[in-house]
Amino acid sequence: MAEISIRNVAKTYGKTKIMDGVNLEIRNGEFVVILGPSGCGKSTLLRLIAGLEEITGGEIAIAGQVVNQLEPRERGCAMVFQNYALYPHMTVAENIGYALKVAGVAKAERLARVEATAKSVGLSDFLDRKPGQLSGGQRQRVAMARAIIREPKVFLFDEPLSNLDAKLRVQMRHEIRRIHNQIKATSVFVTHDQHEGMTLADRLVIMNKGTIEQIGTPEEIYEHPASLYVAGFVGSPAMNILPGTVAGDGRSVLMADGQAVAIPAGFKAEAGQLVQVGLRPERLTLLPAGQGGLQAAFQFYEELGSARVYHLMIEDIPVCVVLDEKLTLTEGQRMGIGFAQAALHVFDGASGRSLTRPSASRKVEEMA
Amino acid sequence: MRRAYFKFSWIAAALLAPQLLIIFVFFYWPSAQALYWAFTLEQPWGGGNTWVGFDNFRKVLSDPYYWGSVRVSVIYALATTVLAMGMALTLAIFVDRQLAGYKAYRVAIIWPYAVAAPAVGLAFQFVFNPGAGIFSYINTIAPGWWDLSKYPWQAVTAIVIAGAWKQVAYSFVFFLAALQSIPRSLTEAAAMDGARPLRRMIDLQLPLLTPTFFFLLVINITDSFTDSFGIVDTLTGGGPFRATDLMVYKIYADGFRGFDYSGAAAQSIILMLLVMALTFVQFRYVERRVHYT
Repeated sequence: MAEISIRNVAKTYGKTKIMDGVNLEIRNGEFVVILGPSGCGKSTLLRLIAGLEEITGGEIAIAGQVVNQLEPRERGCAMVFQNYALYPHMTVAENIGYALKVAGVAKAERLARVEATAKSVGLSDFLDRKPGQLSGGQRQRVAMARAIIREPKVFLFDEPLSNLDAKLRVQMRHEIRRIHNQIKATSVFVTHDQHEGMTLADRLVIMNKGTIEQIGTPEEIYEHPASLYVAGFVGSPAMNILPGTVAGDGRSVLMADGQAVAIPAGFKAEAGQLVQVGLRPERLTLLPAGQGGLQAAFQFYEELGSARVYHLMIEDIPVCVVLDEKLTLTEGQRMGIGFAQAALHVFDGASGRSLTRPSASRKVEEMA
Repeated sequence: MRRAYFKFSWIAAALLAPQLLIIFVFFYWPSAQALYWAFTLEQPWGGGNTWVGFDNFRKVLSDPYYWGSVRVSVIYALATTVLAMGMALTLAIFVDRQLAGYKAYRVAIIWPYAVAAPAVGLAFQFVFNPGAGIFSYINTIAPGWWDLSKYPWQAVTAIVIAGAWKQVAYSFVFFLAALQSIPRSLTEAAAMDGARPLRRMIDLQLPLLTPTFFFLLVINITDSFTDSFGIVDTLTGGGPFRATDLMVYKIYADGFRGFDYSGAAAQSIILMLLVMALTFVQFRYVERRVHYT
């Protein structure tokens, strides 16, 4: 059990800067998910924690001990790799027990622990098989068991579910969460899949181009995205983004087609400032033409079964609305879009940062 | 196993023809000729031959010199194979671990393979020469101690070293390729599991190398039986006292110097059968211990 402190960490390969000034405090027993697109430096950060890459600047401490100079084996971390990295010439039992064998644990104890661990992940019947004879899900379990058996202080997951099919992925996601609740080891999970991030995390870390964009609970990230980048990355379908200019009185945003929306309390913008207004599709309703905050033309819908995604256009800007109701609409039909003031987000047009008032952002930090 | 079926076409046949012709002229024809000669008594200056059945084989197999030649050939094959593969593996592991200067070795170690066997023998002639070579320094300390034209074991050692030196390059390339094809994440997983580099090598890299190891064993043993002529010819000439009279060299010496074409042909057939038998044994017994992944 251990907390992880990442202080001002930088990593460069030759002259290429991968990450710079990354700060992150992970609490003991916490499940943290690092979420970002490929190439954002999330895997590198995980490998820096594991000790598989050398830190260029800053420091990483595990359980209060700075580990910059420690070998991977001395850090007390276990890692589940994306391709599982099972030893192909060893049986499942040998794979799971390898760390104990290296550590010199007596054979009788080793076998007992291998059996107990295999049982906990449902592999008891496969102990004599080689990895090549297992399915993707079973290999994933072996990789998990190999990490669990060491009783590590820290669990590291490097996109462990990305090689599985969709159904198995959900199943393994539940299993990972269940195991975490059982053994309560500090866990860091890297993924580019927002669903994995939202569902698994105690806290989410959103990374972009080697820096951290936002840290918070999945709910905070969803409700109060700190930037356009975060707003666009989390949530499905993605948040609607409407560009506009703040009106002279500083209280509303004027769209290109002349429509205006009021700036909600909690956001602060200067008159004439270029901004982007964000609206979550799930927070919108469709009303008869002339009603609601915005007017748009219906284009088409996507059927999701339980709901529909209605696609509309405000001039040339696409907007989508998710509704449970099944409406009969014709293409080009004018509709009103209704929303509560609280559903609005306002971002700076240039930097993409949220224009939340300082008081509101403090509230977010306190919650974190 | 995937199978591909092709329709017969004249273009394909025409494209295959040159290669088939080369194989026929330089392999099947001489082999067939040797097989025929092995059962006849061939006159050295031409002018007909007599069918003698297995007489040539009987004569060869009852010749104590021939069994001496078989013995030294086996010693030479085993010693060069062990030495060459051991050296190649060691060097490949160093290069794989990217020790200082590995980029230079990676290229340089391949060169010996491009050197023709007689040239290797000639080069080692300068190294081993008791009067002027590098080894002659031994004689300044212990006069007369090193002389490969006098002491059989020294002559055998010399051809083994020269033969192994030539073989190292080939095995090195394959070992290095095999080491580099082991996924990095496997090594990393073992490192996370607490294994140090030496432990990782023994538990992970070497077992995963076994298919390459087996392949190189077959190739090296075959090569050291059949491709040692140039080295022996330039370095020792089969001496002293027939100590380095390897089977392939004896075939040449008996055939082209002793003009015993029929005896040489019989020896060729025996050598061919021996190499085939050895390869069969390796596939039958050694391959069982190979982990293919």
